[in-house]
Amino acid sequence: MIEVVSGERCVGCDRCVQVCPTNVFDSGPGGVPVIARRHDCQTCFMCEAYCPVDALFVAPSPQPVEAGSPLRDEAHLVASGLLGAYRREIGWGRGRTPGALLAVGPDLPGPSGPASGSSRPAASGSPSRPVSEKEHR
Amino acid sequence: MTVTGTSSDPLDLSAGVLVAGGGPAAAWAEYKAAQAGADVVLADKGYCGTSGATASAGTGVWYVPPRPAERERAMASREALGGHLADRHWMARVLDQTYEGMGELADAGRYPFPPDGEGGQVRRGVQGPEYMRRMRILLRRAGVRILDHSPVVELLTDEDGAVAGVAGYQRQRDRPYRVRAGAVVLATGGCAFLSRALGCDVNTGDGALMAAEAGAELSGMEFSNAYAIAPEFSSVTKTAYYSFATFYREDGTVLEGAGSQKGRSVIARTLLTEKVYCRIDRAGPDVQRAMRLGQPNFFLPFDRMGVDPFTRLFPVTLLLEGTVRGTGGIRVADDECATSVPGLYVAGDAATRELVCGGFTGGGSHNAAWAISSGTWAGRGAARFSAALAPSASRRPLIPAGGAGLRPTGRPAARDGYREVVAAVQAEVHPYEKNYLRHGDRLGPALANLHATWDRVRSSLYGTGAGAVHARQAAAMTAHARWMYTAALARQESRGMHKREDLPGSDESWRRRLLVEGLDEIRVRPDPVAPVGPQEYADHLRAAS
Repeated sequence: MIEVVSGERCVGCDRCVQVCPTNVFDSGPGGVPVIARRHDCQTCFMCEAYCPVDALFVAPSPQPVEAGSPLRDEAHLVASGLLGAYRREIGWGRGRTPGALLAVGPDLPGPSGPASGSSRPAASGSPSRPVSEKEHR
Repeated sequence: MTVTGTSSDPLDLSAGVLVAGGGPAAAWAEYKAAQAGADVVLADKGYCGTSGATASAGTGVWYVPPRPAERERAMASREALGGHLADRHWMARVLDQTYEGMGELADAGRYPFPPDGEGGQVRRGVQGPEYMRRMRILLRRAGVRILDHSPVVELLTDEDGAVAGVAGYQRQRDRPYRVRAGAVVLATGGCAFLSRALGCDVNTGDGALMAAEAGAELSGMEFSNAYAIAPEFSSVTKTAYYSFATFYREDGTVLEGAGSQKGRSVIARTLLTEKVYCRIDRAGPDVQRAMRLGQPNFFLPFDRMGVDPFTRLFPVTLLLEGTVRGTGGIRVADDECATSVPGLYVAGDAATRELVCGGFTGGGSHNAAWAISSGTWAGRGAARFSAALAPSASRRPLIPAGGAGLRPTGRPAARDGYREVVAAVQAEVHPYEKNYLRHGDRLGPALANLHATWDRVRSSLYGTGAGAVHARQAAAMTAHARWMYTAALARQESRGMHKREDLPGSDESWRRRLLVEGLDEIRVRPDPVAPVGPQEYADHLRAAS
């Protein structure tokens, strides 16, 4: 769920207001958007991807984190590299290589799968039929 | 009367084709309708580019080069899993159309597919944000009009019952709108019942409700119990990489039989009484590196919680994906993805996907291929239908078709009445023991509760302005759940993802798709159109040559 809107970083472009698919933000009086409908946040991380200055942070939990959580602490998020991490990984932003260009995942183990549940070694990477990346999403 | 109750002036537009939705199917429909010469308006609940399951999740694509042996293997791969309800005629044309569409995405859309090392590109999947950003750019270049944050609330019909437009609400401008249209494409997605599955909260089954109100049928609604694995502390329902996982009980022993592709029901059954843990411990260093490149969003929850999923146990849950990853939806009546209602077309997860994957999940690749293909056909079909209308059609009366949530038959309930409805529906469809691990003894009472909820919805649920959107979502979810369980009780066997604990076997006489229709009264019947398996398809080809 959306946890941080950095007033220090925000340039007031209202891009997050525009792109949030569940309409969580409203334009704010001083240019910094406000989280107006927090419980509509579906934790999809799209606002982070679109924020041009990495001013937003979405914690992975679909519920709000507790008050003292480091996931609400901007200094911690900057120091740990978490702020802006998603945008960096999908390669959005000037001078970056689009992540899509590199997105070749591993072949998945065959659909017959590890039904035995016994401890097995890592997949050999040579299934009888390579299952395409993300076939089962 | 259209949606009323706000102070701003309504927006009144006119278009050749109106597309409802903002995901890939909507984008392809709009793009192809515009290419066919139609004047097009797209109206989405969210923002076309971030809306829907694909944009935030990303997806594989059922992309198979046109080589006969590969195509045959691709078509055969899910036929048995899908309970032999698919149709080879549709599979073949979806494979053709998807191949062409992905080529367009690469060329006109300039999507940066990874190089394959042999001068070509790997086109078996797309990253969601990039894909939908490129689609939006394509739409802008095609000159179409996009209404973001403008959920369609109801269809408008003419006096003969043909669909002639939509009414909706612009939530960022607090004003109602109306679009008169020659034809309408519903590409509003499936229904995941606000489960917080990644990107799915906009998918509340709105299109199915509107289609049913106009008289359309649905198909395959019993195939509506897709659940996805997610870390318990997250919304990220990306399940492919759990193929490399081992699942554990609370006491640290391996959960026998549990798995991602087969054995997900073992996880569900165990979760009824204890936590289930997971570790992605069958992936070597090379596989781990490829995973990060392949699906960076899979790692978002782990990185942010400081959990290394390759070495540490983490608790998992299953989130309902309903008819988003299930295959039920509005029945497709012809090759152009028309419905049985004149002027109404359907694309993507709003439509049944049984034609390409039967009763097995369309998750990932098949649904993505279906979105491209059905979007293309519905867009072109709607454009053709609209162009063939008489000039007098622009003066047709526009009769609102919406009922539940907009026009209660009794005294209207409180403004936030939708919350109670949503909670009541979720209580019947989220629990694994009701929806996933199906049994007639549990489906029956659940359906009775849902019928009672519908009666309340119909008599008193009411909203205006933004409240109308909430009320309609709640009504759509209620209707969806009733169609699901009606079909699940009607199908007296197990087939595809629909597994009945009380009827574990499959019965050849049930190798038919099931149609449901109606709102206050729901009727079920076998589809008179039979599935087309390999044998039937071969016979057909022989007869045609």
